[in-house]
Amino acid sequence: MGIESAFGEGFLTTKIDTVVNWARANAMWPMPMGLACCAIEMMAFAGPKYDASRFGSEVMRFSPRQSDLMIVAGWCTYKMSHAVRRIWDQMPDPKWCIAMGACASTGGMHRSYGVVQGVDNFLPVDAYVSGCPPRPEVVLHALMTIQEKVKKEHSVLLDV
Amino acid sequence: MQVPEKFNPLTAAIQALDPSGQVSVSVTRGDVQLFVPRTIIIDVLRTLRDDFGYTYLVDMVAADRFTSEDRFEVIWNLISLKDQSRIFVKTRVPEEDPSLPTSVDLWPAANWNEREAFDMMGIRFTGHPDLRRLFLPEDFEYYPLRKEFPLMGVPGSIPLPSTSPDVD
Repeated sequence: MGIESAFGEGFLTTKIDTVVNWARANAMWPMPMGLACCAIEMMAFAGPKYDASRFGSEVMRFSPRQSDLMIVAGWCTYKMSHAVRRIWDQMPDPKWCIAMGACASTGGMHRSYGVVQGVDNFLPVDAYVSGCPPRPEVVLHALMTIQEKVKKEHSVLLDV
Repeated sequence: MQVPEKFNPLTAAIQALDPSGQVSVSVTRGDVQLFVPRTIIIDVLRTLRDDFGYTYLVDMVAADRFTSEDRFEVIWNLISLKDQSRIFVKTRVPEEDPSLPTSVDLWPAANWNEREAFDMMGIRFTGHPDLRRLFLPEDFEYYPLRKEFPLMGVPGSIPLPSTSPDVD
């Protein structure tokens, strides 16, 4: 096709890390952990208007086995935290996590005995999204932030 | 405000149930409130349901008055679909013995309301078919809607999941 004619007999070199990270970053399948109203904005994030498929994330997988990215959308009670952590543990490595909205990030307005004050108490969160609920653009921005992070990782060398 | 006349037969029937004369009827913001001692509460509720048509249990809640005597108040919100009237039945229980007979036999809808009152206030409904906590973990030791319970709870009373996937 086009690229062969441009190079002629030449070739390109790259690092395996770059190729692997490029693939990981651009096929980031979310596990939608919708717990409250943020889940509605997460649906808009995946839907045609904001269109997460532009960034390779349109396939919301309702199975943790097929996901790379958990979006915790909404407030998490202590009772629910065990289920969330169990689903997180079932996701295959490598995996990333977005704490979407004020409640998932800090507990938000639910300053109460039953709500975990931020899901980072039991999950390794990569990106926090502010807002109550956040607009879908901000979730896209969090996704792009994680993509930037993935592209800078040493994925293959560390696996040796 | 005067109690409407149509409640006179009801008041007479309830007062006949209580020889100690502690029953009182009043009107607050247009709603009739019936205050009865807890010893006769189930007879009162049965009379209301069977003889006066209060077949619909709208709600049943408990309140913490935070007083040294008769601390908790339990309120039944009943509606008679037959003559379109609402009545609130109230009774009080002391902190040392917060127990009441169950009203699940009268209205099956009271089942989860009584479980919630047990979960949040620690009121025990004797004869309830399944008196477990409704919202909180079953091994939780406190009653969070009691006034002395701290807002942010007791640290460590509800465990967080383990953050290491290799152990339970």
